[in-house]
Amino acid sequence: MKTLRQRNIRDYFMVGLLYVSTIVVLTPLIIIIGYVIVNGISSINIDFFTQELGSPARAMQGRPTGLVHTILGTLVVDSLALIIAAPLGLGAGVMLSEYPDHKLNPLLRVMNDTLNGMPAILKGLLAFALVVKPMGAFSGLAGGVALAFVMIPIIARSTESALMTIPWSIREAGLAIGLPRWRVVLSTVMPAARTGLVTGFLIAFARAAGEAAPLMFTSFGNNYLPNRWTGMIFGPVDTLPQRLYSLAISPYKEWHAMGWAAGVVLLVFVLGLFITGRVLTRQKFKV
Amino acid sequence: MYDISDIKEKAGDQIDGTSGTSGSDKRTEGPATIRMETKDLTVKYGEVTGVRNISLPVYNQKATALIGPSGCGKSTFLRALNRMHDLTRNAVISGEVLLDGKNIYHPKVNPVVIRRKIGMVFQKPTPFPTMSIFDNVVAGLRLVGIRDKNLLNEVCERALRQAALWDEVKDRLSSAGGSISGGQQQRLSIARALAIDPEVILMDEPTSSLDPLSSSKIEELIHELKEKYAIVIVTHNMQQAARVSDYTAFFYLGELVEFGPTDQLFTNPVHQRTEEYLTGKFG
Repeated sequence: MKTLRQRNIRDYFMVGLLYVSTIVVLTPLIIIIGYVIVNGISSINIDFFTQELGSPARAMQGRPTGLVHTILGTLVVDSLALIIAAPLGLGAGVMLSEYPDHKLNPLLRVMNDTLNGMPAILKGLLAFALVVKPMGAFSGLAGGVALAFVMIPIIARSTESALMTIPWSIREAGLAIGLPRWRVVLSTVMPAARTGLVTGFLIAFARAAGEAAPLMFTSFGNNYLPNRWTGMIFGPVDTLPQRLYSLAISPYKEWHAMGWAAGVVLLVFVLGLFITGRVLTRQKFKV
Repeated sequence: MYDISDIKEKAGDQIDGTSGTSGSDKRTEGPATIRMETKDLTVKYGEVTGVRNISLPVYNQKATALIGPSGCGKSTFLRALNRMHDLTRNAVISGEVLLDGKNIYHPKVNPVVIRRKIGMVFQKPTPFPTMSIFDNVVAGLRLVGIRDKNLLNEVCERALRQAALWDEVKDRLSSAGGSISGGQQQRLSIARALAIDPEVILMDEPTSSLDPLSSSKIEELIHELKEKYAIVIVTHNMQQAARVSDYTAFFYLGELVEFGPTDQLFTNPVHQRTEEYLTGKFG
């Protein structure tokens, strides 16, 4: 029989352990964010957001240079990817959660998991074969398709688990007032799960926004803004992670500095999206 | 007043293959006509039999109570009456369930249409979590495309009055369906079922999660509702069955042991099993 004192000590010890683990988990996150910001913040200025990159000579001669085309390109390619992936991923997630008895579901689940585990660069190859080859050019669209392959399995899985958290009784209640099954899902289950759904989109978006490999031979990269905005969709286009990579492996220290800055922008972009999403999806009514 | 047949037409007929004789007009006929009837109804979950060979009438403008110990198949039977088992993976149903003489399990019958005629209230209140009180009540109309504001307002008030909830919530129809008390939520669920003007109302232990005061309100409500609807209620509470029902069916081990007028079944049961259950020898 342990004394009260011994039990208290054990209690303090365990709580202390929890604090320590929390700190251990958070430390890498803080180090990464801090390190990127410390190294990158000094290279961020107005030119960074308004000028094109151009040739390395620009940066070395101190002429204005920036990544406006990269930032816009990232928005275009990632948005294209989300537009393609959202309905497909959502559909697959609804199928997995709401029609668990459907005979195609085991296959769907295996394929979704396989797609999720497939190296991202292979998804780039697939988009290359599907879009770049037939169109005969690298394009933002091809990059969007490649990133959509990254997003789809994530959205499908997050949609499934978000919908599964809604009690089955809600569905039965919907059916009991004579609603067709699709209507029950659309109007009662999905609204109740919307925070989870949007969070899933954001996680998928953030994951895809950080991918460089699948874009190398799809959206390819570009040092300049295209003449027309449609050039972002149908022509080669720059994206932040890929630009970060190419700046980092370049031999110019001016470009290395810009690479850090690109990292800051990417970080702020992803974190900003996540926070915005959380705020926007605050529940109207608590479930 | 609005014409309910309009709603039926808008809501159901485009998906209703069998419509024609809607039951609304039959309500004025004399009491004790048969509204629903099961013939040799058997529900199996895979190899396990839920209920076996149940033949039972459901009378119009009467409340029929289903009693029996846990696991005896009352809920299984009830859920077969509006095709709720369609969602259960391995449920197999044989026999017939007739609504106004038509088998609701006929392959040409759309279960959605059946469920608009046979409403259901569950054990636990199930307000749609993201909807207001108003939206909850009219969900069955609005979500099939009825947008007429005046009509929806009328239906909402009528249904909430029928469910004896109007006076308590009329000033806050736009608050969340989940923001009211459990008893009120259950009456909200009843109002939601009444809004689509069903012909039969199935209740699966509607008061088992409620306090005594809320329960008695629901019981009063059942008394009023059976003026108009046919009601089938599953209950664990034998006093409740005695209070609210006109007919009682006693289920045991998946079989219908005895069915009869409530006062007769409770005072003078035919079968020994029934008597033993009623007097508390088992159950």
